[in-house]
Amino acid sequence: MRHGLDLRIGPVAFRIGSAWPGPLDALAKLYAGYPTPEDGLCDFTVRLEPGKPWRRFVRPSVAIRGDYVLPDAVPMVLAHGLLAAEMGMNLQMALGQKSYLLLHAATVEKDGRALLMTGESGAGKSTLAALLGERGWRLLGDEFALLDLVSGALHPFPRAVSLKNGAIAVLEAEVEAARFGPRLEGTPKGAIRHLRPNADALARMDEPARPALILFPRFGAAAAVRGVGQAEVFVRLTQASTNYVALGRRGFDGLTGLVRKVPALAIDYPDAETAIGLVEDFRRELAA
Amino acid sequence: MAGARYIADPESAVAQVALDGLSVLFHAPSGTTHVLAAPAPEILGVLREGPADAAELLRRLRARFELGSEAGEEAIRARLDELETAGLVRRA
Repeated sequence: MRHGLDLRIGPVAFRIGSAWPGPLDALAKLYAGYPTPEDGLCDFTVRLEPGKPWRRFVRPSVAIRGDYVLPDAVPMVLAHGLLAAEMGMNLQMALGQKSYLLLHAATVEKDGRALLMTGESGAGKSTLAALLGERGWRLLGDEFALLDLVSGALHPFPRAVSLKNGAIAVLEAEVEAARFGPRLEGTPKGAIRHLRPNADALARMDEPARPALILFPRFGAAAAVRGVGQAEVFVRLTQASTNYVALGRRGFDGLTGLVRKVPALAIDYPDAETAIGLVEDFRRELAA
Repeated sequence: MAGARYIADPESAVAQVALDGLSVLFHAPSGTTHVLAAPAPEILGVLREGPADAAELLRRLRARFELGSEAGEEAIRARLDELETAGLVRRA
């Protein structure tokens, strides 16, 4: 690869290679302050390459390649190269991670108690996690929760938060401009802007947290809270996991252990402030 | 005439955890996970004692559990059909 960048995010080391300097320059800026792999060894490789050889120069489009490849991944325009690098990192994790049970979930922690939020795309978990991360909680990650199958702890994976559409302005109002990546218009998910987690999240990226509450947030309805039975939580989390099946018995033991120990709630919320108020109520109840 | 006889995989081949009145079961030979409602986990439990038909299973269940009046061979056969489709029991 012509251009390369090594990056460690929590316990995972990436090597990102690119045929163009642009995406890596943007990535290096976004991930300023992140460590490099101590031993120089990387867990996953992401390669951004021209879809066809001449495409490096003529209407450049980026194909995401790596250790694990989805055959029907669509090449992206070079202007979205940063997004391609982010997607490539997610893809390698989703398909290749064998050390942890991977849940498509956002995680924040306060006073040693971690809150795991999972839900369909658009449920608002990234936005809530990013906001909580600016308001006294530690952001462990907005995309993947890494469940340690031995200890039952959650490991931080604080990659840049992927803010979409309306969530961008919400966070722009709270966070200094230097922590944002470029605004990417017209992506398959609309406008996207990445946000680097704050200094506390980066400094403590090697510090796992105990899961204390599982939350299934749903945006758009009047505020409501309901308990969720353990069997339903289990099924929903198997669906939210990218590697549950691949882990076999270890995944089953790890996930049933989590579900038996940690209470779960589903919440509906009309706006982010209401959701944050509910989360703070839950935190006080757990601490009592 | 005796009905079809079934067998279940031994306890070492499955992991089973009770969650809020339901059971989740990991079936190692197939790598699949199942959510079971009563009386399916109980049927699997007594079937592991040895091959049996629906009548024999009903006897074993009655010896261990308080069964309601609706529990009959017909109901056991229906559950066995479901468990066979799920790959958790097979014909002996």
